Amino acid sequence: MEEIMEAYKLSGGMPEDLKSEDTASMVVEGNRILKSNVIDGLIIEKKETKTGAKIKIIVEKGKKIKKPVHLCFSILPKEGLQEIISEIVVEENASADIKACCTFPNAQEVKHIMDAKIFLEKNSALTYTETHFHGSFGGIEVVPKSKVVVGENCVFKTNFSLVTGRVGRLDIEYVVDAKKNSVTEILTKVYGKEEDIIKIKEEVRLNGEGARSVIKSRIAVKDNAVSEVLNITEGNAAHVRGHVDCTEIIKDNARAKAIPIVSVKNESAKVTHEAAIGTVDKKGLETLMAHGLEKDKAVDLIIEGLLN
Amino acid sequence: MLAVKNLVLERDEKKILKGINLNVCNGEIHVIIGPNGSGKSSLAYMLMGCRDYKPTQGKIFFNDKDITDLGITKRAKRGITLSWQEPARFEGLTVEDYLSLGRENNKAEIEEALRMVNLNPKRYLNRFVDHKLSGGERKRIELASIVVLKPKLAILDEPDSGIDFVSLTDLLDVMIKLKKDTTILLITHREEVAQIADRATLLCDGYIVKDGSPLEVTEYFRDVCKSCPTEKYSEAKLKI
Repeated sequence: MEEIMEAYKLSGGMPEDLKSEDTASMVVEGNRILKSNVIDGLIIEKKETKTGAKIKIIVEKGKKIKKPVHLCFSILPKEGLQEIISEIVVEENASADIKACCTFPNAQEVKHIMDAKIFLEKNSALTYTETHFHGSFGGIEVVPKSKVVVGENCVFKTNFSLVTGRVGRLDIEYVVDAKKNSVTEILTKVYGKEEDIIKIKEEVRLNGEGARSVIKSRIAVKDNAVSEVLNITEGNAAHVRGHVDCTEIIKDNARAKAIPIVSVKNESAKVTHEAAIGTVDKKGLETLMAHGLEKDKAVDLIIEGLLN
Repeated sequence: MLAVKNLVLERDEKKILKGINLNVCNGEIHVIIGPNGSGKSSLAYMLMGCRDYKPTQGKIFFNDKDITDLGITKRAKRGITLSWQEPARFEGLTVEDYLSLGRENNKAEIEEALRMVNLNPKRYLNRFVDHKLSGGERKRIELASIVVLKPKLAILDEPDSGIDFVSLTDLLDVMIKLKKDTTILLITHREEVAQIADRATLLCDGYIVKDGSPLEVTEYFRDVCKSCPTEKYSEAKLKI
């Protein structure tokens, strides 16, 4: 467990959160569920499988979970496979904040698959923050797939971050069905290095009247890393508002591609997009250098800021 | 302090600066005025050592040392800085981080600099220097960064552009305070701003056409230069 705690720290987690009795938490290493703590208002159903775990988290009707629910998914050996099949249900008028740390510090031949279904029932709210650490070898493949239904008047925010260490091979796919007057915010930050491969597909279908969404991607790639970001927003109902905002910075021999796809099927819907790919902004760089920073440090600072 | 000798800048086979000679003395506010497109900003970028603004000909001396071939960082380390006409925005970088660049973070000093430019530190320290700031706010933060940086020479490229009359008074106050530690090369085309300077130089179509007291030069700018098509200066090669 101590090793897990160290790995948890590397992905930005605080070990005391996993130890605390008044905080809901769960630790899965490989296919072993090492710890699970439940608090009032929350139901956690769990089952170990041959290659990972099946998990169902229910935030009960009307319950507001004040402290974040902490999840830790890990593979400590150099090799391994972890398949997590998860379902999160936030019942009517309930709310929760889930912080998931996915840590694979020694990964040389590791595969982590997350297959998630998330349901937000009427008037509920969920913030899902996922922070990854994949070590320094790059020998990892991470495939998070999520299908999300954001119910009427619900607020769903998700924040995926993988900015320290290597990425390896990342293949994210998010599909969100946004109902009436709901709000969806998707933020993804990834820093690819060496031979990393980043593939991101995020799709929001604004299906309910008055639904709103923002998809924001901040990607930096250097060395020989490659990234491809596909952001899709569909305005399928009256008075929906969607925005796609993708910025990718490249250095060295890295390659980046951004594909924003926006479509509307209702005359009162409005979906906008902005995408920028390029090297570090010249004026920004020269401004920092005019404050005395060396060029490399100025570039790092701009990238850090983008991924902050 | 700053001596520019026969500086020529050519970009895309077009001459932007056509043999500039300029001396900026220690402790003064030296204003460069001139119409749009006269080469004022190009001169500023060239003095800072910006990429794409390397002189085609001529020399730049700072405190008697030739800095013509030095890059931006090296010039900054010698005490030169530039405030761009439209300052850059930085995602994820707070005002406090920005005002600490290139130096030890001294919060009291940073707060004082923000107050000097009429920004409440409590409201601004943790804000990002990004596109959510208005143009005026960003300009004030840029000026605050010069205040904390205390450079030997600050090149201020149109710090007054897009600033209303009330803010302009603040701006002039800050420049007068800044002058205690810093020599200022101020680029503007507003005559009332030019009046705070000790000396003025008029730039037109890449040439220096007049220098002298701010009053003298601005009067010339108003009476002669503004009513004269730029081409005429080119043809006449009016030089002092």
